[in-house]
Amino acid sequence: MKKKRKSISYAKWGYIFILPFFASFFIFSFIPLADTIRYSFFEYYRSGIKEIGPNFVGMENYVSLLESDMLKYAGNTIILWVIGFIPQIVIALLLAAWFVDIRLKIHAKQFFKVVIYLPNLIMASAFAMLFFTLFSTNGPINEILMAIKIIKEPIDFMGSIFGTRSLVGLMNFLMWFGNTTIMLMAAIMGISTDIFEASELDGCNSIQRFFRITLPLIRPILAYTLITSIIGGLQMFDVPQILTNGQGRPDRTSMTLIMFLNSHLKSKNYGMAGALSVYLFIVSGILCFFVYRMTNGNNSDKPGISAKLRKRARRG
Amino acid sequence: MKSKRADSLRSVIAHVLLVILSFMCLFFFYILVVNATHSHADLQKGFSALPGGHLIKNFLSVANDGTFPMFRGILNSLIVSGCSAAICTYFSSLTAYGLYAYDFKFKKIAFTFIMAILVMPTQVTAMGFLRLVTNMGMYDSLLPLIIPSIASPSVFYFMYSYLQSSLPLSLVEASRIDGCGEFRTFNKIVLPIMKPAIAVQAIFSFVGSWNNYFVPALIIQSKDKMTVPILIATLRGADYMNFDMGKIYMMIMIAVVPIILVYLLLSKYIIAGITLGGVKE
Repeated sequence: MKKKRKSISYAKWGYIFILPFFASFFIFSFIPLADTIRYSFFEYYRSGIKEIGPNFVGMENYVSLLESDMLKYAGNTIILWVIGFIPQIVIALLLAAWFVDIRLKIHAKQFFKVVIYLPNLIMASAFAMLFFTLFSTNGPINEILMAIKIIKEPIDFMGSIFGTRSLVGLMNFLMWFGNTTIMLMAAIMGISTDIFEASELDGCNSIQRFFRITLPLIRPILAYTLITSIIGGLQMFDVPQILTNGQGRPDRTSMTLIMFLNSHLKSKNYGMAGALSVYLFIVSGILCFFVYRMTNGNNSDKPGISAKLRKRARRG
Repeated sequence: MKSKRADSLRSVIAHVLLVILSFMCLFFFYILVVNATHSHADLQKGFSALPGGHLIKNFLSVANDGTFPMFRGILNSLIVSGCSAAICTYFSSLTAYGLYAYDFKFKKIAFTFIMAILVMPTQVTAMGFLRLVTNMGMYDSLLPLIIPSIASPSVFYFMYSYLQSSLPLSLVEASRIDGCGEFRTFNKIVLPIMKPAIAVQAIFSFVGSWNNYFVPALIIQSKDKMTVPILIATLRGADYMNFDMGKIYMMIMIAVVPIILVYLLLSKYIIAGITLGGVKE
């Protein structure tokens, strides 16, 4: 009897301890989300100082978004993400495989790890501003290239579609390849050394080992990296926003979806911003579902990412 | 014999690529630091790889510029990032402990819910958030940048994993038998055990909040409340060509150097911490 009463009072503490989290989530995420969805069905914007709406218009905002340049911006976002992601994953896989290969005797491992992770912590907006300054027509990069006689005239990096997109891709690559390398490295270190030793006895060379053993065994973490990177790419904002001053120049070819959302929010077009947010919410909801499936290891016999990461953490 | 030669060849290639990549990572910051030491006139003459003597002068001209209150910005950023990191780690630990140590009816649902929103981008609720903050009278203040970090699913997940691996529930039982209250047990016994996890997550949430640009740019209007990323963005929007270039480099340097210094001091823990949570921020 006494015990039972005790367990009830402990349950109360569980609720008390998780209350702040859920209260904060409810106020600052759930209410805004509901509000966003609600206004996506309204005509509600500001023209000059006059506020128009809110008038219920049904799905009109959604339709007019599809007719606007939204799909073009979605395409831009994908292109910018791909330009950064492909070199990132290739280099990260290579480096991760090399870092854990004892036979290669990589020197100054810790130094390289520290350096390649450094750009990940840099303020993206400051990094973009730095690139803007360095790559401007009379900036240091053009001066250096001209001084060593690679080019005769300064290149207008930010004047061409290719130049701008490459710069955004380069920045995303530099900011994330170190992080991905370290994630994948930890994944490879989680593979039992017995497997590698057995493969060696069977006469497996390093290329076979990489494609036949390492890659298949780290596939869950690779998939996880891919999905989280897509979610990150969907949120791409700071770098192209600062680099192009929010214009997505040239000709809005580097305008991302979040930049589009930002411009609607700045001009107080709440109806459109709401509908755009709902589109983004649906896409990220689907992606979140994949992450959820991957991180939740307790519903199946094969351990999920979480269990693996924990195991790795203990190994040090 | 043959495989040994192949290995040494691969080793050389690996080192060359690593040096190139490290060079790429450091080169831009090298130019930044060097250019921050030159005057505007020097920079106009062309790039020089050697540092100049204008470091202090550029620093002072940034410090005395009223239109871009950089040091006020740094103070604001420190307040926001410091408070966010503190409440984010404390409440995430509290939530993780609540879900880990207690049994209650909605435990599983609560956990599943947090896992489902683990990587949900904040941008999708930005519009409602902006309206909510305006209605609550917190528009153009630092509070809405701090308080919502109480609910950080990824930090919660990290803390929860950490508790699973390092907090035996018998310890909690023991403290109960000794007559310790539940809150006291958490603050005096569980928190000290979680110190390493808290340190790692505090660093990451500090950096994340320090670098955050999207939400602050929507909320903050007045100059004296701007955080560093917004100031950098206004710098980009300003009439850039008429600027003292030495000063621009100095401003960017002031924005990134504090984080670089902290990183270099704590790099060992940060690198070890990246993989622990397994969630990219």
